[in-house]
Amino acid sequence: MTETEKSGLRPVTGVTGHPVPLRGNDIDTDRIIPARFMTAITFDGMGELAFYDVRFDADGNEVEHPMNDPKHRAKGPQVAVVNKNFGCGSSREHAPQAMHRWGVHAIVGESFADIFFGNCVALGIPCLTLDAADIEKLMAAVEQEPAQSLAVDVEKNEVRHGETVYSGTMPASAREQFLSGNWDATGALLSALPEVRSTAAKLPYTRGFAG
Amino acid sequence: MGRSLLDKVWDLHTVREMESGQTQLFVGLHLIHEVTSPQAFAMIREAGLPVAFPERTFATVDHIIPTDDQTRPLRHGQAETMMAALENNTKEYGIEFFGPDSGAQGVVHVIGPEMGLTQPGMTIACGDSHTSTHGAFGAVAFGIGTSQVRDILATQCLAMERPKTRRIEVQGELRQGVYPKDVALHIIRKLGVKHGVGYAYEYAGDVFDAMSMEGRMTVCNMSIEGGARCGYVNPDEKTFAYLKGRRFVPSGEDFEKAVAWWREIASDADAAYDDVVSIDAAEISPTVTWGINPGQAIGVGEHIPEANDFSEDEKAVVVDAYDYMHWTSGDAIHGTPIDVAFIGSCTNGRIEDLRAAAAIARTGKVAPGVKALVVPGSQEVARQAESEGLHEIFKAAGFEWRLAGCSMCLAMNPDKLQGDQVCASSSNRNFKGRQGSATGRTLLMSPAMVAAAAISGRVADVRQVLSEG
Repeated sequence: MTETEKSGLRPVTGVTGHPVPLRGNDIDTDRIIPARFMTAITFDGMGELAFYDVRFDADGNEVEHPMNDPKHRAKGPQVAVVNKNFGCGSSREHAPQAMHRWGVHAIVGESFADIFFGNCVALGIPCLTLDAADIEKLMAAVEQEPAQSLAVDVEKNEVRHGETVYSGTMPASAREQFLSGNWDATGALLSALPEVRSTAAKLPYTRGFAG
Repeated sequence: MGRSLLDKVWDLHTVREMESGQTQLFVGLHLIHEVTSPQAFAMIREAGLPVAFPERTFATVDHIIPTDDQTRPLRHGQAETMMAALENNTKEYGIEFFGPDSGAQGVVHVIGPEMGLTQPGMTIACGDSHTSTHGAFGAVAFGIGTSQVRDILATQCLAMERPKTRRIEVQGELRQGVYPKDVALHIIRKLGVKHGVGYAYEYAGDVFDAMSMEGRMTVCNMSIEGGARCGYVNPDEKTFAYLKGRRFVPSGEDFEKAVAWWREIASDADAAYDDVVSIDAAEISPTVTWGINPGQAIGVGEHIPEANDFSEDEKAVVVDAYDYMHWTSGDAIHGTPIDVAFIGSCTNGRIEDLRAAAAIARTGKVAPGVKALVVPGSQEVARQAESEGLHEIFKAAGFEWRLAGCSMCLAMNPDKLQGDQVCASSSNRNFKGRQGSATGRTLLMSPAMVAAAAISGRVADVRQVLSEG
């Protein structure tokens, strides 16, 4: 490993936080952060806009939603519990950025859309997958016992809620990135810049197919 | 056993296997726009990193640009800030920017192919999920987030896992009134919105062999709506003919060399796939979405399905869709009144789409009370359409003829639905709130079907218009 890689290491071995249940399959990133709030050149202030259209009415008043509910809302880190195909649709990193800025530091779900999952890795937000029956059980448990903290253990690939331990999965490469602290890939990618240049030189289109 | 295009392109662009097990993948073409790039430039600036390959990144402005008046400063202050940031960032880092004054501005997935930036065998990435569009040329193209835009700016690489491959064969011939958009919606309806997660889709068979490059782009564009981050069609004579003579495509002897290489990267006849799906073209009808994701689609002659037709797992989303869209199961979709008709977007804003829509628009006038927009995908598409007189056909029928941009596909600009308006739309997503109103309702369909709906004021069957015309 190079010095560049070493300097960027921020291992994420686990996250313990207050659970927030976000029920529903196929929750798309437009719902997580509507496009009309993306006219900005930074991610600042996105946290309060997360899930805006289901958290607020047309006049901007809070409506019933787990993220508005004091029993699901905590000052410290939060862990979201979701269903299937979470984060589908637009590739906007604004979606995990908004959730992260609102307080979500880990997500447990039945499945995640590819781009959303990758964006979460790049932000150091572990997304652990549980099977359908366990997600249903966990979702009901965090709704019933909102004060009980939820632990996402990346090292052991498990989720703990009170006495109950759920066994989860995460792609091996993502798990390795979290545990080694290489989830922010820039450093590792930069360390191979000379090889990048030689790979590029071998591709005929980089020289316009000339020569 | 032979190799697929995905495998060949992946291997050629592999810099190394990383410690995480991912591939460090070289990106041949990086496209950027004003929404997902400013934060990435801020990140490299903060880290003191240069752009490693500025000649392999190209920029345009599409999401926020108004389609009625593009006079600077743009009247929406935040839009002007985003536009100015892109101008400054591209200038500072030596990246070519196709702004409104260039004559080449447009939706990023329309201008890449039309300038020949998009070529077979390339890896292509953009901070936009519809980057899968470029797969129509036999490129491996996918959407990325902003942190990955940063990674490409800094290294021209991504840390990625190789996707699995699913070959989707559509055999036979499309019936009259059935367009590439219907093929895309039918595939998603059949396979579902999650089935493509972890996969690259290879589209093949008679229908794709016969399909124009514009049509292939429409289908590849919507791969992500089926969960597949990337979708492609193997390059063929049609691909080469489309590319020949375009601005960034080599010419003369070099073009012949390029064609020879492009032929080599196509999938071998005996390539192995993780999955193969076969669909009969004859079963595809003009298709309309009724729900809140693109998989919730039916033929225009069908009725809103019953919740009991779905698995337990899907029922909640179906019931949510009835509620949001104001349906009762069993309602007919044909005849549903519309308020707005939108023709445009990276899915259906190309010249062939405008020709198909104009062929319908010339048969009547936009119904009273319907707002109808035609938004060309690029300045080049607009010029071509105007040279063919299509804009006059649209205007005579009562459509507004706008300037190039993403417009009402995602409403990050002044083109938005109001309240719970119903929009017949040639775009790609019918998500809740997608078209700029938290209660707005979207019905996705082909551009010809949108034109037919605009004229009748209701969801109509384009086959009737065609048979009467």
